[in-house]
Amino acid sequence: MNPDLTPTIWILLEAVVKGAIVIGALLTGFAYSTWFERKVIARMQVRLGPNKAGPAGLLLPAADGLKLFFKENIIPRAVDKGIFFLAPLISMTVAVLAFAVIPVGDPTEVPWREGLLQLGIADFDVALLYLLGVTSFAVYGIALAGWASNNKFALIGGLRAGAQMISYELAMGLSILGVVMIVGSLSLHEIVVWQKAHVWLVLLQPLGFVIYVITAIAETNRAPFDMPEAEQELIAGYHTEYTGMRFALFFQAEYIAMLTVCALAAALFLGGYSLPGVELPWFGDLAVFLGKVIAGMFVFVWIRATMPRLRYDQLMDFGWKVLLPLSIINVVATAVGLALYQNGVFG
Amino acid sequence: MVDNWGFIAVLTLVAFTVPLIGLALSWLLRPHRPGPIKQTTYECGLETIGDSWVQFKVQYYLYALIFVLFDVETVFLYPWAVAFLGLPLFALVEMVIFLGILAIGLIYAWRKGALEWV
Repeated sequence: MNPDLTPTIWILLEAVVKGAIVIGALLTGFAYSTWFERKVIARMQVRLGPNKAGPAGLLLPAADGLKLFFKENIIPRAVDKGIFFLAPLISMTVAVLAFAVIPVGDPTEVPWREGLLQLGIADFDVALLYLLGVTSFAVYGIALAGWASNNKFALIGGLRAGAQMISYELAMGLSILGVVMIVGSLSLHEIVVWQKAHVWLVLLQPLGFVIYVITAIAETNRAPFDMPEAEQELIAGYHTEYTGMRFALFFQAEYIAMLTVCALAAALFLGGYSLPGVELPWFGDLAVFLGKVIAGMFVFVWIRATMPRLRYDQLMDFGWKVLLPLSIINVVATAVGLALYQNGVFG
Repeated sequence: MVDNWGFIAVLTLVAFTVPLIGLALSWLLRPHRPGPIKQTTYECGLETIGDSWVQFKVQYYLYALIFVLFDVETVFLYPWAVAFLGLPLFALVEMVIFLGILAIGLIYAWRKGALEWV
């Protein structure tokens, strides 16, 4: 073999292995998120929740997955076949891609590689911009699914999702801006390192954090913002016509998106994989990171169990007339505050 | 840097292939028994009347139009935010003016009723 090529092959191998690990972790995370959600909601409604398949119902996600594998796929004659086939794939791929820039630990020295191993797929200086860009692709999967189904309810669901996701994306983009201003970087890893050295950004950006959490729930189409699949009005919204594995892909994409926004909330506002004042080895970092993501998922489920669904006009009003002005005010306030701080007003 | 984007390219491939493998496996395992009634549009259980590919409520597109305007303006804010700590005070004043114009645009759309769901 040409000796010059060897490092390239190793890098390529590393990339494939990392990709496989991330996807494996996300799929496992997805499976157990569904279990976690059912269990927590059941507890909140004074029920037991899944408890038959395996201890505490832990094998239920596996059983569900197997069931979906064996389900017939019904493709209605009226659908646009190509797009109908592509839409769930787009949703799923984009959901996984968004996770690529989430840091799960400090770069670590490893024996088989020169330089440091990045924990997380990639870390570059426009990571946050990349993430926002990729997540906005999620709207394509849903809107196209709704359109290709040739079903009125699916179409309404798809259009609602489109309008809702782009509306809340604005407020989300602006709410993150405060963090970027304080840290002066778009790299998620640098944002975490900054918080390690100083303080968790939720303390400096409380309004930004609240706006981020609300928009994150809306972006992932979760209750109380689950208009695109409001069961009582739209059957199942954009995935009404989807069955079997294709439906499973949408389901996966939704939960992976939830995991990603939780991880992003941790990285941006809650110190990422770090704990204040403690230096941990890489598996400690990973455990802290997982703990924060699980806490975030718990909040998601908690909100779902608590809040009734909004009406669509209320939802749009809230996004445009409350969250967007508030996030603009947050940007200006942060800018003024930072300028005052720099000029020594706070002593 | 090239590393990172290469990694993302590989991840894209893997992320696209894994669901495809899932679909293929499921295709091998699942029954295939299409029928004329089974393949009608489900919609809500009743017989479907007409196509869904018709003219649709314009409100959704109105939101999309306003969104494009604001989104482009938000993108301008990012480089400014990254560099903010190194910039002179004048940059703050300029950006407040820019945000003011943004806010006026929002107020205009608001007053014109573009944000009213009808």
